Amino acid sequence: MSRSNAYWALPVSLLAALVLGLLPLPVMLQPLRPYWLALVLAYWLIEDPDRVGLGVAFIVGLLADLTFGTLFGEQALRLVVMAFILQRFRARLRFFPMSQQALAIGGLLLNDRIVSWVIHFVLGEPSPPHAFWLAPLLGMLLWPLVFVAMDAMRLGQWKRR
Amino acid sequence: VPPYAGPPTAARTGEVAGTLRLLAYLALSVVLIVLDHRGGWLSQARKQVAVMVQPLWMLAGLPGRIAERISDDAGTLGQLTVENRRLREELLLNQARMARLQTLAADNARLRGLLDAAGRGNLDVMLAPVLDIDLDPTRQRLVLDAGSRDRVQVGQSVIDAGGLLGQIIGITPMHASVLLITDPSHAVPVAIARNGVRLVAYGEGRSDVLRLSSVPLSSDVKVGDVLVTSGLGGRFPAGFPVGTITRLHPDDSRAFLEGDVKPAAQFDRGREVLVLLTAPAPMEVAQFDSRQPADEAAGATATAPVDAAAAGTGATPVSPATSPAAAPGKPSPPKPAAPAPAGVPKAPVRNAPPATQPPATTNTQPAQPTTPPPNDEARR
Repeated sequence: MSRSNAYWALPVSLLAALVLGLLPLPVMLQPLRPYWLALVLAYWLIEDPDRVGLGVAFIVGLLADLTFGTLFGEQALRLVVMAFILQRFRARLRFFPMSQQALAIGGLLLNDRIVSWVIHFVLGEPSPPHAFWLAPLLGMLLWPLVFVAMDAMRLGQWKRR
Repeated sequence: VPPYAGPPTAARTGEVAGTLRLLAYLALSVVLIVLDHRGGWLSQARKQVAVMVQPLWMLAGLPGRIAERISDDAGTLGQLTVENRRLREELLLNQARMARLQTLAADNARLRGLLDAAGRGNLDVMLAPVLDIDLDPTRQRLVLDAGSRDRVQVGQSVIDAGGLLGQIIGITPMHASVLLITDPSHAVPVAIARNGVRLVAYGEGRSDVLRLSSVPLSSDVKVGDVLVTSGLGGRFPAGFPVGTITRLHPDDSRAFLEGDVKPAAQFDRGREVLVLLTAPAPMEVAQFDSRQPADEAAGATATAPVDAAAAGTGATPVSPATSPAAAPGKPSPPKPAAPAPAGVPKAPVRNAPPATQPPATTNTQPAQPTTPPPNDEARR
């Protein structure tokens, strides 16, 4: 969009999301790790649909597969599904209050978990632990934070302050 | 899609295009997933690409590692500091303890030796600290921190853990001076512990040697013999170790032997000595002991007999012990030359005191020319 004046923000934020996804966590907290990449990508899909679409989602997903060591294409598929749904509902999501937006994002993340589970199930891979289903809740709670932080980064509000 | 979302046609075309793109991407990812799952060439290629992702992993691991190292370092530094301080304190403490223990051990050994020396003879002794030590070739004296108030009397013998040290020659209420047996003016009657042969050991002015002189060639004396006080003369109690013979050699006349004796007492060590309180009666001392340099009367009256020939040859075994022949108060002429002949220079100034009177068989001592110690000379 015209508002976006920081071109470095997109790659940097995606890279940060990747790194956050790789950040070592205690084994107990491992399944609870929020899907940072999805949150960041969701922000860009909502705020800058001209630059970020299905293609970007697909490529970022492939990169994530490479870095996380998941099946090549799995995260690409999940992110593309999420991106498609977001594109469909973008017009309404944008004007939701933050709480509703967070709720919608939580739903999307849950859907992402379902897609992931289906992929694992179809391929006969071991299904993830139960805490795996709690991650969307955490992502939902984090959404306002991510949104505010991303806005600040993209619009350079740090500097203005 | 609700009707108010926009014109249906526009929405439809967008929807259709979007859906088609979605389907294309989905199909592509499914293909990739299946290929990767089968583990074909794609997984090989992926391993290669994974190398390029390594930096990301490192980046992700960095905060954790840094935090870990910082906490490690902090913990280690704190621990080390505490431990270091504790160890240093312990070290100091232990060093202090060690020093104390060492002195205690030394004290213990020394006192044990003294006790042993006292216990051997079941003697009435008194431990006296040494105040001052005066060791030079002309004067071998000690000053003890014990005087007449402590029952110390002139003439009492002084021993240490090793053996005989000397005798008391002067007292004040608080202090006593000791003439060591190594003093050049001192002689002590001794006997060989092995066979009882009686000799006289003279001081040499050196704290590590006594001299035997005019030992008959026929007498049974060997290197290594232990000398003890013989008790003759009444000055020293019998049986205290005096020294060990370390060397025997003929004197200049070839008629007698001379010998070196290593004293049993440790003249250059120790801070305390034992005074034997069972001493000869003071009366006797006053009467006969002319060896005391402090005793003016003795110094005035007694002058050593000078038998020049005897001194020169060293072959004068039988001179009267108390010959007053020589002029009194006259220093002997051979004084400077004295060291050469038969060990005469250190002979007592005046006629032989009872303590130094050797048995008749070896009675050469009184015949020696006088070589008064400097102090005596000065006094006159």
